[in-house]
Amino acid sequence: MKSLLASIGRAVTDGLDGAGRGVLLLRAILFQTPHVWRMRREIIEQMQIVAIGSLPVVVVTSIFVGAVTAVQGVYQMQAYVPMKFLGTVISKSVFIELGPVLMALVVGSRLCANYAAELGSMKVTEQLDAMTIMAIDPNRFLAMPRFWAAVLMMPVLTVFCDLIAVLGGYATSVLTLDVSSGVFIEGLQMFYKHSDLLGGLIKSFVFGGIIAMSGIYYGFNTRGGAEGVGRSTMTAVVGSCLSVLVADYLLAIVLFQIVFEST
Amino acid sequence: MQQEWDIPPPPDQSVADPASFSGIVVEGVSKSFGTKVVLDGADLLIHKGETIVIIGRSGEGKSVLLKHIVRLLEPDAGRIWVEGSDVQTLEDGPLMELRRKFGFLFQGAALFDSMTICRNIGLALEEHTDWPAAKIRARACECLAQVGLVGAEDKLPSELSGGMKKRAGLARAIVMEPRYILYDEPTTGLDPITSDTINDLIIELQKDLGVTSIVVTHDMPSAFKIADRMAMLSRGRIVFTGTVDEVRTTAHPMVRQFIEGRSQGPLGTF
Repeated sequence: MKSLLASIGRAVTDGLDGAGRGVLLLRAILFQTPHVWRMRREIIEQMQIVAIGSLPVVVVTSIFVGAVTAVQGVYQMQAYVPMKFLGTVISKSVFIELGPVLMALVVGSRLCANYAAELGSMKVTEQLDAMTIMAIDPNRFLAMPRFWAAVLMMPVLTVFCDLIAVLGGYATSVLTLDVSSGVFIEGLQMFYKHSDLLGGLIKSFVFGGIIAMSGIYYGFNTRGGAEGVGRSTMTAVVGSCLSVLVADYLLAIVLFQIVFEST
Repeated sequence: MQQEWDIPPPPDQSVADPASFSGIVVEGVSKSFGTKVVLDGADLLIHKGETIVIIGRSGEGKSVLLKHIVRLLEPDAGRIWVEGSDVQTLEDGPLMELRRKFGFLFQGAALFDSMTICRNIGLALEEHTDWPAAKIRARACECLAQVGLVGAEDKLPSELSGGMKKRAGLARAIVMEPRYILYDEPTTGLDPITSDTINDLIIELQKDLGVTSIVVTHDMPSAFKIADRMAMLSRGRIVFTGTVDEVRTTAHPMVRQFIEGRSQGPLGTF
């Protein structure tokens, strides 16, 4: 019983310690943000890695997200709801929830693993120490460009995902589900609100930060050799996915029950 | 039955006023990792312009001591003074300034594997000077020539052999013309000829640039060749310091066992 309590206590203190160090890392990264212009080469390089490297997985994921939403929508609605609302269902689901969350899970996992493994390898091979000795702050040179690349590119990828998913839903509905093109487009326009799209983009902006922080934090805190890199990569991805889902719930409350509801 | 060894007391490494000492003072530094005590009150004086070689068995904390000097690690107790500055109390800005006086050759070279050799070497110049790219490249090539690596500037670290990586690491360590160069096992894992080339480079750099060199190694031929003075680290403390001749002739049982490479002796009994 004592050892169980001790384990729980240790887990809680470790968790709080990690959260505290995460906040300090975020603070250090934000303090380096005035150096954005000086670090533009690294930031652009990282943005290319986020965007161009993720394109194939974004396209495939988005097409099938739209297609599956269309199929499920038709199945759920066929006996009770007119098909003119199919476009509404697809656009709202994709803009508010599926686009930002799936991008955060699919692209985010890829990105988070990339950051954690790359920085973790640099840590265990003393490259971070070498940088520090050269009086170059790894928070500025490595963490800040990766953080802003993820934060800025996640909304861009989410817009891209939204667009392709709606097109995927449209193609599936028109080509295989006997929904006419006009009816689908009418549904798309019918209850469209800018706040749906904006809410999704705000979510993806926050998710980008969570993904980057998880990858950078676990990468910088890697211990041991190859096994340590593997462990920190796995922990970073799991931590990122869970944090995204929790943040999604909190943002849903804040954005759609408080901010946009009152405007 | 365990043999009793007549081990002399550790050498006196204290200075009256560390803040006015022109070199490096390591004063009672202790460091533990979990329950493992690595340094246990280590004291060491490093004089300006000398090449001091720190010897000791693997895992005795030689590299840990080296990392404390540039505050890559924080001691649990004790202090380190570099040119009169207490390294542990320096704010970020002065610490960065201090680090710019140091070059560090890591055991595995620690080259940035996503960058070419030229950018690895020129990165510090990119960061700390307003030199144009062409001038930085020229300086990087000059350093590469100094370590005998002409033509390697556009290669990636993965394209170099172990010895070439060490030499590229050395070129990176000297690019900012540091006052101090710290070498962590510079010849470990290299063939005897490459090792001797690295030794010659260390001696040349010390002569040409007048730097203070601190070398951590357990490669005794290398240590005898490059050292002005040697210090032995054992059980977390500096147990002996002396010139190369003093090391060769000392009766200190730990030093004798180490330089003779015997398994029996005070170092082998714990």
